Amino acid sequence: MRLNKILKNTLLVLAACLVLSACATKKEVATDIQGQMQGDVYTGTDTVEYLADGVPDRVFFATNESILTTASRETLRAQAAWLRKNPNINVVLEGHADERGTREYNLALGERRANAAKDYLMTYGISSDRITVLSYGKERPVDSGSNPLAWSKNRRSVTVKAN
Amino acid sequence: MTKKILILLFILIPINVNALIEVDITRGNLNPLPLAVSPLSIDEESRKGFEKILKKENIGSEISNIVENNLRTSGLFNPLDKKAFLQAPDIANLKPRFEDWNLIKAQALITGKVNYVDDKLRVEFRLWDVLAAKEMMALAFTTVPNNWRRVGHIISDKVYERLTGEKGYFDTRIIYVSEEGPKTQRIKKLAIMDQDGANNKFLTLGNELVLTPRFNPASQMVTYLSYFKNMPRVYLLDIETGTQEVVGDFPGMTFAPRFSPDGKKIIMSFAKDGKSDIYTMDLENRIVEKITNHPSIDTSPSYSPDGKYITFNSDRSGYQQIYVMKNDGSDVKRISFGNGLYGTPVWSPRGDLIAFTKLHKGKFYIGVMRTDGSGERLLTENYYQEAPSWSPNGRVLIFYRETKTNSKGEGFSAKLWSIDLTGYNERQIKTPTDASDPSWSSLLSN
Repeated sequence: MRLNKILKNTLLVLAACLVLSACATKKEVATDIQGQMQGDVYTGTDTVEYLADGVPDRVFFATNESILTTASRETLRAQAAWLRKNPNINVVLEGHADERGTREYNLALGERRANAAKDYLMTYGISSDRITVLSYGKERPVDSGSNPLAWSKNRRSVTVKAN
Repeated sequence: MTKKILILLFILIPINVNALIEVDITRGNLNPLPLAVSPLSIDEESRKGFEKILKKENIGSEISNIVENNLRTSGLFNPLDKKAFLQAPDIANLKPRFEDWNLIKAQALITGKVNYVDDKLRVEFRLWDVLAAKEMMALAFTTVPNNWRRVGHIISDKVYERLTGEKGYFDTRIIYVSEEGPKTQRIKKLAIMDQDGANNKFLTLGNELVLTPRFNPASQMVTYLSYFKNMPRVYLLDIETGTQEVVGDFPGMTFAPRFSPDGKKIIMSFAKDGKSDIYTMDLENRIVEKITNHPSIDTSPSYSPDGKYITFNSDRSGYQQIYVMKNDGSDVKRISFGNGLYGTPVWSPRGDLIAFTKLHKGKFYIGVMRTDGSGERLLTENYYQEAPSWSPNGRVLIFYRETKTNSKGEGFSAKLWSIDLTGYNERQIKTPTDASDPSWSSLLSN
């Protein structure tokens, strides 16, 4: 009985320690993430490559979403302007999902994200003939981490030159 | 001691004359039935004959090892240590000394004999009820020597069926995706192996990404997704001949394929303009039918075993949930209403349950529910797991699990696991490489 009590107390202390340390790491991550994520959409530039000067190649999405953020629309307008200037270039829009979903649903979600980007490019005058959509689902993450920041980098549509 | 045994015998014999030992497989495996798998006896001439062809010193022992391993991994049986056996295999097969087997607490005994006859492998085996001192079953097979592993699996199936009253699942194969390389650039190949992990074979070279292979329940055909030429499409593969073909002529990505229960149709998703709908294609006349028509993502379709209904997941409610509809797409009903997201529904071959993946509060679960969505039961919780596939008797689920990486993004792995419908007997299935997307075949001997 007494032993039980002692054990319980030790467990409580242990649990408290765990909670505290979890809080500590969370805070660290939060500051680390600050400036790189808004909500759970990636806003950093770590993984971004450029199609031309001032033309980022990718846009990012919130979990389970395919809505374009203000920053994404700005990126896509820059891409559209670049494509208008280079009428011989065709592109593939590669849509991706993070690892926190079932494989088949993620394939569909990647396709939906790439199409959101495609639709926006088309409203800025880019013909659908110049755009191919390709979904990779969760198959090609850029960041192999298992944390919210890594997942945010992986939820993306990347515009790749096709020729 | 002897008194106790005598009393037990006395009680048991008169009650059960025909249906003797029975194993209840609807409950957990807390008390697996103790049984003795006596090595199949083999005469010296046959032993040498097989040693020459199969490079196995004693094929009789090898076959009984397969039986023993199958029965143990089922979680329903507890094969006893051979060292405790008192009776020699050849004599036990003629007439077991039941007192001896009773003494080591075996309730059932498997004995048998292997012969080399006209370049063929002849195997006979017997199943005995030790307490009742009775033969329950005797069977003999003749086959080509190379089939020796399958003989072990068929014996296992017969024993399982006689003792549980349900068909076994040992003479089966598993097709899956073999994975190698870093998480950001995985190399994936189709691979196939026996249910126990033996005879692993790669079916593609890894030049293009391949996903979600599924067996035809009626033949040795497979359907899967390949990124051949960077165009994700559903393919059909004959694993005997190696011939492949694209399924249908869709202007975009087709994915999530499965066969109808009669093997004559493929059901899959086709993604276009951000919408994914479910289609079928008849493999004989190539007629394509659109089954769902909704701006949402409709995918992961799976037929009921009678072919009359289809279950699938859709985010038409805003989030991924499980639905059931008639096979023509009418009468769509949502069946998952618990907390979280629900995906990858797969109809049990027995028809009564749908297995699924559930994502709730950052954890992934494999579970089952009745076909109307009632009676949800979660079998296992993990960081990441999905894609259950049923054993042909509807008693075991195989699925894959991925590990969380560390802060440097290292430590990723993907492995196959199985669990009983009871939620017990969770085990990893060993594969030569990392593995995912398993699909269980039908019984080969049917």
